[in-house]
Amino acid sequence: MTAPPPPLGLLAELTHRCPLRCPYCSNPVELSRASAELDAATWGRVFREAAALGVLQLHLSGGEPAARRDLPEIVAHAASAGLYSNLITSGVTLDAERLRALAAAGLDHVQLSVQDAEAGSADRIGGLRGGHARKLDFARAVEAAGLPLTLNAVVHRQNLDRLGGLIDLALELGAGRLEVAHVQYYGWALRNRDALLPSRAQLDAATRTVTEARERLRGRLVIDYVVPDYHAKRPKACMGGWGRSFIAVSPAGRALPCHAAESLPGFDFPDVREHSLAWIWTESEAFQRFRGTGWMPEPCRGCEHKERDWGGCRCQAFALTGDTAATDPACAHSPHHHLLDLAVQDAAVAGVEFTYREMGAATAG
Amino acid sequence: MTLSPASVPRFARGMRLREDPARGRWVVVGPERLFVPDEIALEVLRLLDGARGVDAIVDDLAARYHAPREAIAADVLALLDDLQAKGVVTA
Repeated sequence: MTAPPPPLGLLAELTHRCPLRCPYCSNPVELSRASAELDAATWGRVFREAAALGVLQLHLSGGEPAARRDLPEIVAHAASAGLYSNLITSGVTLDAERLRALAAAGLDHVQLSVQDAEAGSADRIGGLRGGHARKLDFARAVEAAGLPLTLNAVVHRQNLDRLGGLIDLALELGAGRLEVAHVQYYGWALRNRDALLPSRAQLDAATRTVTEARERLRGRLVIDYVVPDYHAKRPKACMGGWGRSFIAVSPAGRALPCHAAESLPGFDFPDVREHSLAWIWTESEAFQRFRGTGWMPEPCRGCEHKERDWGGCRCQAFALTGDTAATDPACAHSPHHHLLDLAVQDAAVAGVEFTYREMGAATAG
Repeated sequence: MTLSPASVPRFARGMRLREDPARGRWVVVGPERLFVPDEIALEVLRLLDGARGVDAIVDDLAARYHAPREAIAADVLALLDDLQAKGVVTA
């Protein structure tokens, strides 16, 4: 087998601790405890190994990365490794002083999540009263610290109708970029799918809103927006393809081809405390299993798009079909594609109650 | 915000031009974005210092490549306009 191309991005999930309880959290349903977290020195070694491999961009995420008191030290390790560091935060626990310390340590960029354009609904979705107001204060502190800001709005049936308000909020807060991210349905979000899936009419209205805003705000605000899988005909090249450009490392040190990959059965994901990142990238079985096209079944195997979408998302394929190697049902050629339409129909008549994210809930649902 | 010959373009906040030694190229890195400039774009980006205006950039390139100034000016403005729309450059 030929050597894979070097990885471009590293997602460092520093902790699973988080003050928010979003019902679509991308963390695994089985959350890690604080006592299992990698220390800052180990993260520093992982960052240096990543840079040597070819990684340029580092995403510091969680959970809430600011739950780590040693976050400035971790950011300093990223800067000395020469990685572009992006802090992905809920913003509810970081004050101006801690933010200045992060900027001084070499932080390059802040991505702030918001749950809605209206405080009442945002606080209900995030499961934290007063959270939205604290996010707005935090965004102003980011501006004052001279750091670039991206607003990340996770959208779904219960907030998509206020997308225009989210765009206005991004402008008001001085964000250079707005990421409109549709919920992806595995883990916590799959449990809450009936309460979150948007209707086709909602989605079409949102797409029109984005198209109009992009034109109007050209040169002022960049809007990233991707049509969600449940209303798509083609699957996404999840993570740019398994083991092709991206490595995630969990709080406890497991290296993953995708941050949700621990939802897949039958894997022994390598531990960064036991193996170098170079070995993990080139040699480990986990990173090779779905790399390239050799593993593909039909209809992927004979498909002209196979080196564009790489068979789609493994987590979604497993969640919906029970087979980790199946074609992603988001693809119109998948024999399971009808499951997505059925889910949209079910959601259209379902309620709005959430199962919130919490520690130790893995067996409760 | 249309760019003109008098504009002074600079990198947008958070955008950085850097070498990518693992792949033998230069790239602009930003928040969850990566741009790989072609040879001409790289020449223009290397001249962005927050002080030099579009006119001065065009002068520099026209002199170095012995090319007609009008053609260079049109190319540079189109390039910078595109980079501004992508959030790489601001003026």
